[in-house]
Amino acid sequence: MDRDLVETVSLRWLRRLVIAAFLVVTIFPFYYMLVLSVRPIERLLLDPGSLVVGFGELTVATYAEVLRATDDGGQGFLTFIRNSGLVAVAATVLTLLVAIPGAYAVARLRFFGRRQVDFLFLAVYLFPSIVIAIPLFVVFSLAGLRGSLFGLVLVYISQTLPVSVYMLKNYFETIPVSLEESAAIDGAGRLGIIRRVSLPLAAPSIMAVALYDFMIAWNEFLFALLFLVDKPDRWTVSLGLSLLADGVEVPKTVLMAGSVVLTLPIVILFFASERLLTEGLTSGAEKG
Amino acid sequence: MTTTAPDTGRSPTEERPASPRRRPLTLRRRESRAGLALVAPTLLVTIAVIGIPIVWTVVLAFQRVRLATLRKTGLFGEFTMDNIDRVLHTPGFADTLWVTLLYSIGGTVGSIALGLVAALVVRRPFWGRTLVRASMLLPYVAPVVAVTFVWQVMLDPQLGIVNHWGQSLLGWDAPVPFLTQESTALATVIVFEAWRYFPFAFLFLLARLQAVPGELEEAARVDGATPTQRFRHILLPQLLPVIALLGVLRFIMTFNKFDDVYLLTGGAAGTEVVSVRVYEFLTARTDIGAAAAQAVVLAVVLIVFVLIYLRFFGRRVD
Repeated sequence: MDRDLVETVSLRWLRRLVIAAFLVVTIFPFYYMLVLSVRPIERLLLDPGSLVVGFGELTVATYAEVLRATDDGGQGFLTFIRNSGLVAVAATVLTLLVAIPGAYAVARLRFFGRRQVDFLFLAVYLFPSIVIAIPLFVVFSLAGLRGSLFGLVLVYISQTLPVSVYMLKNYFETIPVSLEESAAIDGAGRLGIIRRVSLPLAAPSIMAVALYDFMIAWNEFLFALLFLVDKPDRWTVSLGLSLLADGVEVPKTVLMAGSVVLTLPIVILFFASERLLTEGLTSGAEKG
Repeated sequence: MTTTAPDTGRSPTEERPASPRRRPLTLRRRESRAGLALVAPTLLVTIAVIGIPIVWTVVLAFQRVRLATLRKTGLFGEFTMDNIDRVLHTPGFADTLWVTLLYSIGGTVGSIALGLVAALVVRRPFWGRTLVRASMLLPYVAPVVAVTFVWQVMLDPQLGIVNHWGQSLLGWDAPVPFLTQESTALATVIVFEAWRYFPFAFLFLLARLQAVPGELEEAARVDGATPTQRFRHILLPQLLPVIALLGVLRFIMTFNKFDDVYLLTGGAAGTEVVSVRVYEFLTARTDIGAAAAQAVVLAVVLIVFVLIYLRFFGRRVD
């Protein structure tokens, strides 16, 4: 047999095998999380290897415990969900309000310092967030912003802004200039052009950026830990979950239920918009 | 804000007009002013929440500051080298740097290698490809707190599935406490890092792979190149610039990483990376000066590594 045929055939099988392996490795932890969250802890201790949930043992008591308010003996995750949602939505909306004009300017307009602005964003994006965290921790302590969700929103805006500007800029650059020119000929001003031409065309990209920002803000952990840890009623889901594990002995199944509560909104959002996101993140990356 | 006139409709274009003399100066100025006005909010937020704090961290690194005495110290208290000195001589400093370096290199190489394999196997259409591609992104988009918990539970010596299978199927003598013993903790954290961030490399490599013209490979095939040869001589050279770029990006991001290690091991069992150490200084000891000094050391070391990297691979990254 010639080498080409051997390689082609064996690679074909190898490829299927590898795809299957990747599927298992990426999906299994999430499946495991789900299975554990609906099994009673006694059953788990008896039979840790089981990966199916028997009819008799299915329980949602774990979720009830996680979601119930602390006054009712639960863990108060409903409050955390509200906090996380508020912070993430506010950060997303405000980031977009700031990033859209900024990205448009960097993509389209010649102004003094444009190159430097472009570089600044990359540098900021790659700078260690722990370095920024120290003075913010200090300032927020002094200004009484520690423990306030507003302070957290402010930090999240700064965390999502560089990527948002970068992604939107790439998209604005793909919109043909001639479209804007025709609007200009028809007498539209700069803001008119942005509002009536560029924004509607960039709508899919803006959606992608919004989702991405929302995910970053929803998932964020370090700043929530630094700023909110003393105020249990302000905790986000990520923070609440991580501290739940530190606290008094909480069954692993309850932890997994909390993890599902934290993960589910993101997974739903993600699968609903997968195409939008993957294309948004790498648009402009083809050039290498 | 009308920067518009029929004959200057080119104002939104990127390239400059051939002769600046024909273009009235005021329009250029207006464009510049509009640009600055539009970019101003972005700049303000960035400078206020990121720029100033970075500068301030450097200042704090050279001051004697504790949270309790903060109000008295003010912004320009006495300058001192104590913090830097203390940070460099606190036991474990060199270990921390070494661990951070191992962790960053391991995580970077692992995630790019996995991402490359993943991109190669889902490159061509097959049934269910969209779903497979989406699943491969799950580790990257899922919240870090949730995925670190699942890993902890999976690797748990008592009720974790990995140890259960290891003992019943692979015949391990005793459960392995992956995240709490020195011999396995760092390796486990690196594997986690590769698992969680391979989708990032995967996305970029897949995008690049799909931009490789089909004729190139077709021509090589006609010339008798086997699949592995085509990968080696056609695809790999096309991918190298992206791989080099991913190398820098992932290295920087992993070097700065805090959440993953903190949540998996808390920095115990020989996994203390620099960020976790900064956090310890900041919260456990409330020694702001030392935390800032440690953070500055982190940033300086990072910059040095990136410069070395760019010196070796700089041409490819362009």
